Amino acid sequence: MAVENPTRSALPLAGPTAARAGSQPGGIRLAGVTKRFLTPSGEAFTALRDVDLTVEPGQFCAVVGPTGCGKSTTLTLVSGLDRPNAGTVAVGDRRVDGISPGIGFVFQADALLPWKTVLANVALGPIFHGVPKRQARAAARDWLRRVGLAGFEDHHPHQLSGGMRKRVGLAAALINEPSVLLMDEPFGALDVQTKAIMSNELLALWEQTRPSVIFVTHDLEEAIALADRVVVMTVGPGTVKGVYDIDLPRPRGAVQEIRFEPRFLELHRQIWESLREEVERAYARTASIDGEETR
Amino acid sequence: MSEESASREALAAVRSAIRPDGPEDEAAIAARARSRARRRRILVNLSRALTLLFVIGGWELFTDLKIVDPFFFGQPSAIWAQLRDWFEHGTAFGSIWLQIWVTLKEALLGFLYGVGGGIVLGILLGQNRFLADVLGPYIKVMNAIPRIVLGSIFVVWLGLGTTSKVALAAVLVFFVVFFNAFQGVREVDRNLLANARVLGASRLQVTRHVILPSALTWIIASLHVAFGFAVIGAIVGEFLGAQQGLGVVISSAQGTLNADGVFAAMLIIAVVALTAEFLIDRLERRLLAWRPPSPSEASSV
Repeated sequence: MAVENPTRSALPLAGPTAARAGSQPGGIRLAGVTKRFLTPSGEAFTALRDVDLTVEPGQFCAVVGPTGCGKSTTLTLVSGLDRPNAGTVAVGDRRVDGISPGIGFVFQADALLPWKTVLANVALGPIFHGVPKRQARAAARDWLRRVGLAGFEDHHPHQLSGGMRKRVGLAAALINEPSVLLMDEPFGALDVQTKAIMSNELLALWEQTRPSVIFVTHDLEEAIALADRVVVMTVGPGTVKGVYDIDLPRPRGAVQEIRFEPRFLELHRQIWESLREEVERAYARTASIDGEETR
Repeated sequence: MSEESASREALAAVRSAIRPDGPEDEAAIAARARSRARRRRILVNLSRALTLLFVIGGWELFTDLKIVDPFFFGQPSAIWAQLRDWFEHGTAFGSIWLQIWVTLKEALLGFLYGVGGGIVLGILLGQNRFLADVLGPYIKVMNAIPRIVLGSIFVVWLGLGTTSKVALAAVLVFFVVFFNAFQGVREVDRNLLANARVLGASRLQVTRHVILPSALTWIIASLHVAFGFAVIGAIVGEFLGAQQGLGVVISSAQGTLNADGVFAAMLIIAVVALTAEFLIDRLERRLLAWRPPSPSEASSV
């Protein structure tokens, strides 16, 4: 329900010259997407059913829903790591078929290579795209500076705090200048203060390059504070239950303060109304049977 | 920062309240821990020396008093004399250095081929489900065969020269490394793989930047055992038929019922193996320098 008609974004400016996939504006469109998995016991399990979701180019979209509603699955489908059983997924003007170019992905757990230095980790993106090592390292240095980690280039990930590792992860995801940024509960493992700081920094970085974002979280306050649009998903099989446009002005300023504004509270109450049902249903389900859920 | 210093002061106050003999600063605690560690190290080394002295001395004494027959059990002093004789006058098959070199060369070549083959096949099969399913049972069967027996076949096939020993050593090494490499590839963090793929890595780049370094921890752990196997392969190969090498020296000592000769050769092999172990340890430290110190290393100042 509540599917906006996709604003067909302009074609890539000039085919061959726009070699960097990231320069292509990337709206995201899921239409009638269904995804089933086989459980280890051999039964089919429907994670997503008939999901329609549109994220306009440059829009920050947060997806909230109870545990096991297929939020993460949505991201793997958009990134091309996995394919839907039915329906179509499109990024920009391309139908997703295999790993989509121009995508950045920030995982819930750290995805940094522990044997590489921070600098080498961030430089991976360009190096995978064939950029000469020297140039890639220069770009990585620049991105580390942008996320406030100048001086930590030669550290290994295990020498950094959780928040710092997340910044490295952000830099590593953004260095390819993706037109689409997918985030899977990126700040879930951080303490509350660090989370707030990271949220502010994420917004600041996002303002610079304005990729389209799908931000998966189960924290509704975080979702409203960050996003232009909040999508509520039902408990598995996941479908889109409601889409809410967040009309809080941008730039948002400090995430910690915006949550006291009357409009924020009103939106929160409205969306929570819808989300609560699903959370309760999910809870009842896990309480009655040991539900086999995919995250 | 002021908050931190305030809390430190509070802590010091509590500490001095608990211990009336005055506050203890960090330097004193560290110094005490260091001296305790030093004392312990001295005690351990002393005990080690005493243990060695006890065993060697007891052996020498018992054989000297003829409580134990030195003809069958050898005698430390005679072993020492045998070693000196070898190093000064050489063995029946040429200089002792030549024998060591021959065996070492066979072991090293076997080690290199075995490790190379193990890593390549392990990583290949670890990534290719189909190939692993097809070849898996055969590899298990081959692993179950007592491979030392293959030495006889290799001598028949490849003759009495170096090649048959290298082949035997390589076969022994291969399986150890292969299973570790295979398991290492299987244990690679899914997250890291997904991340590399999203960042645009090709299959080859994923292997080079993610899978190989990740499996390296496993592979290097296997190298310690693998080098031991390489030496075993070389020496058993020489036992089965050769013209030179430490294995030949041992088997000829056995033939003349020279127990001292067998022990002396054993000692040489032990020194060689320990040196190799030391070098592999250095390599391990170098390649795995990125790893965080393990909790036990960190705590022992």
